[in-house]
Amino acid sequence: MSAAREPVTWKRITVAIPYLWLLVFFLLPFAIILKISLADPIIARPPFTPLFDDQGQLSVTFDNFLFLLTDKLYAYTYLKSVFMAFAATVLCLLLGFPMAYGIARSSSSMRSLLLLLIVLPFWISFLLRVYAWMGLLNNYGVINNTLMFLGVTDQPIQIMYTDLAIFIGLTYSYLPFMILPLYASLERMDLDLVEAAQDLGASRTQAFWDITWPLARPGVIAGCLLVFIPAMGEYVIPYLLGGPESLLIGRVLFDEFFVNRDWPLASSVAIVLLLLLVVPIVFMQRNDARQAEAE
Amino acid sequence: MKQSRLILTVLAFGYAFLYIPLFSVVFYSFNDSKLATVWGGFSTRWYGELFRNEQILDAALLSLQVAATSATLATILGTMAGLILVRFSRFRGRTLFSGMITSPLVMPEVITGLSLLLLFVSLQQAIGWPGQRGFTTITIAHTTFAMAYVAVVVRSRLLAMDESLEEAAMDLGCGPLRVLFDITLPLIAPAMLAGWLLAFTLSLDDLVIASFVSGPGASTLPMYIFSKVKLGVTPDINALASILILIVTIGLLAAWFAMRNRRT
Repeated sequence: MSAAREPVTWKRITVAIPYLWLLVFFLLPFAIILKISLADPIIARPPFTPLFDDQGQLSVTFDNFLFLLTDKLYAYTYLKSVFMAFAATVLCLLLGFPMAYGIARSSSSMRSLLLLLIVLPFWISFLLRVYAWMGLLNNYGVINNTLMFLGVTDQPIQIMYTDLAIFIGLTYSYLPFMILPLYASLERMDLDLVEAAQDLGASRTQAFWDITWPLARPGVIAGCLLVFIPAMGEYVIPYLLGGPESLLIGRVLFDEFFVNRDWPLASSVAIVLLLLLVVPIVFMQRNDARQAEAE
Repeated sequence: MKQSRLILTVLAFGYAFLYIPLFSVVFYSFNDSKLATVWGGFSTRWYGELFRNEQILDAALLSLQVAATSATLATILGTMAGLILVRFSRFRGRTLFSGMITSPLVMPEVITGLSLLLLFVSLQQAIGWPGQRGFTTITIAHTTFAMAYVAVVVRSRLLAMDESLEEAAMDLGCGPLRVLFDITLPLIAPAMLAGWLLAFTLSLDDLVIASFVSGPGASTLPMYIFSKVKLGVTPDINALASILILIVTIGLLAAWFAMRNRRT
């Protein structure tokens, strides 16, 4: 009897520990965010109205969400975040695809070194890598000094504190996230397929679109989502490289919470951001599950 | 195989794009001038100042403590989660579990940070814990998102592993715990180590989540760096970045050579 019961008990304990951890520290926080997003801001500690008022009545308000929907600045900020994240994703794909392709097609000793060089920046602090661009993009930074030295321009070109700088920062920081999944699917690909297609009269472009691209698609999807989703909520890059008017949603949320101390509004901003990201996140998990099954 | 010229050009451009900023930081860390972008002669004085700066050293110590603790916790929890995902095909709430374990991978940091801070504030009101935000709260936050990464690494290792070894041990009369400790864990140990290193690095790297869940007086290294670089480029941060680049490069190159030698 006990021998048969034992695995079940152990199984329960093994499941229970991480399960409880995630319920308390992952799911419960979202319930709290949702609760606070439905409260009114007040000057108190904590700075929001309780869910049940003095008479025990449920008190919820949708004012925060209505405000977000009607306020032009917020609509603009969300749209701009989507646009910037999307543009960075496209740029990462345009640069990352040929790179991943080149790495996957190089000799095996070269390949591991090239991959190592892709992963290496990832292990160096994200913050310091963004910081490194500050030194390059400044009005008297490396790029402008070089351009002026070469006589391309006699006035520094304003790159720092513009959207272009944010754009460069996003692409630079998230490029490895694009290359790695692309590489994984390109490396598995059977090169004979492309050769066979070309032997049968397909042009190189045709072979690419008919063979390489469909086979690389899971990697393309994974890479794009791995860039797009975190780029949407980015805080450090717009703060350090963008100007004071560079309104991206991650930064607005941070300021709403810490500067304006409007906890309910910050919570609503987070909920709306999450709703915007639900579709890509679910899509990504599906893509992962399908790839795991294929293996 | 011969590569087309276009691919080689893009590769060269891509690697230059990835590495020029890093080289530039290292170069300017030896700049004597206080103005970070004007060359004032070779000097190593910023490295000396770095090691006399107690705020940096305190912040680095806190960061290392948080990283080591949360990486260890995340490895334990993440390994359990990986085992559950691969080996326990059916139990109540499995869908919720797999959703919760993979979501932190893609959750924007601002949302994770805000939600955890609100949790800690609510908990403090309800049960008086955590009394102070700092080491404990940052460690819990880092453990929660890092365990997702560990679970993914462990899961892929388990999927690639041959299950028949465990079955054979079971057939020979091993109890499930013995199988776990004598067969499964030794086989997935490399994945657990990789997961630990990943969790450690992610924790050392995190600025946004720590900024949310930390309290007054507790600054991690990224929080300290951020408070300085907000105001612009400073030479001592260049020196700090260079030291980090050096450590990572040596570590990864050593690992690469070790792996290559083992293969040949």
